[in-house]
Amino acid sequence: MRESADSAEIQGIGDDAAIERVLAGDRNAYRVLVERHSHDIYRLAYRMTGNAHDAEEVVQEAFLRAYQKLEKFESRANFRTWVYRIAANYAIDRMRQRRSDEAHRELPGKKVEDGQEFEPLDMAVDTAPTPERLAGSVQLASHMEVALQELTPMERTAVVMRHWEGCAIEEIAAALNSNSSAAKNTVFRAVQKLRRALAPFAEGHVAAKSAGMEP
Amino acid sequence: MNHPDELQLIAFQDGEMKERQEMDEHLKECAKCRAELERIEAILRAMNALPVPGPGEDYGRRVWQRIAPQLAEKRVHWWQGWFEPRRLAAAGAVAALVIAAFVAGFFLRSNRGEPLDVTNETFVRQRVLWLAVGEHLGRTEMMLMELANAGPNVVAAKQVDISSEQRRAEDLLEENRLYRQTALQEKDPALVSLLDSLDRVLLDVAHSPGRIAPAQLAIIQQRISDQGLLLKIRVIQQDLRKKRGEAPLSPPRNDSTVQERNKA
Repeated sequence: MRESADSAEIQGIGDDAAIERVLAGDRNAYRVLVERHSHDIYRLAYRMTGNAHDAEEVVQEAFLRAYQKLEKFESRANFRTWVYRIAANYAIDRMRQRRSDEAHRELPGKKVEDGQEFEPLDMAVDTAPTPERLAGSVQLASHMEVALQELTPMERTAVVMRHWEGCAIEEIAAALNSNSSAAKNTVFRAVQKLRRALAPFAEGHVAAKSAGMEP
Repeated sequence: MNHPDELQLIAFQDGEMKERQEMDEHLKECAKCRAELERIEAILRAMNALPVPGPGEDYGRRVWQRIAPQLAEKRVHWWQGWFEPRRLAAAGAVAALVIAAFVAGFFLRSNRGEPLDVTNETFVRQRVLWLAVGEHLGRTEMMLMELANAGPNVVAAKQVDISSEQRRAEDLLEENRLYRQTALQEKDPALVSLLDSLDRVLLDVAHSPGRIAPAQLAIIQQRISDQGLLLKIRVIQQDLRKKRGEAPLSPPRNDSTVQERNKA
């Protein structure tokens, strides 16, 4: 016997109706929500974590946590935005943990204090790539992923949600558990870091555009 | 306006700067700031150009398969169900029956000249439940009988249309759960047990596609037969009729019920 989400009727129901069914004891109705929103959450998670394995982990955990907290979901809210927030929160924790592990492994002498984010980009300011060393590179995008990895988890989340996913500042603030002003500053700071880290490439990009070589 | 700093330009690009008009005017005149703004935009364009490898079309299904075994059933309190919008229709029907039973009882006693026995509240409540459940079991029996006798129109047909039964099972499922909760409250174990068995079959049928393979239909039919559901329904219905003081009905002749009775 196929499960509920396979029937045409249940596939067509809205998020609110599916949530209502789940809360009434029909666990299979949750499948509709999972199948409907998995791709969007995966895209966000991939952009936040930078790899498919972590992204898949984030998606699964986000849907599991959402199911467990479903009673707390406010019916007037948007389910997708809500899961976004859960996914972003979990991705931040996961990235922090990964950074912490890597910091201990790669820099055994460096102490990572509680609550202090390890920011290799800040450390790398003095040793930033010089235009000479990067002269051979013409593809800004190919270096972007490296620069994104150097952002703190909060900054990466903020910039991904703002500039990739087009989220409102309030949504980002909710995901970061902060206020709008702090979320805005986090977005701006992230863009500033990217701008500085990729300055040599951007220079070439702007020059190429000015010369009519790029669209 | 003085030359904006980097963060001000980023805020302007983001659309989050209050002094937007002043900045617009400054940018018209200042080539240096325009170039800086262009660098910021180039960075964001490059970021947007980063591809995200697709996880595959059936990704949602794969996520579900991985997490489904970890999802516990939600516990539902019996009274919660009555206030859900989708159940209000069924709850309304039961409420109408309650009113009807009281009104009927009142007039019956008035006609007989008997005083209204307000202490007999439990009996009235149970009577209403018997009446409503009897109706529900009648509809369920009808649907299950049709399903038990269903089959492909052509021997070689690859699918059987059970869409009508499936839709009715969905409605019956809602009612069934309401009556089960009420039967639990009324401490009627035989009725709870039957409604439990019906719940599982109704859930299977309600969650089936409208057209299923004959083999799938055979599994459902086997389940109905193995559990002796049609016979159990008839036994409980007769019992309910006795409780309501009505004469028992002779069961209709039907192949499946005969088979089940023989088996029992």
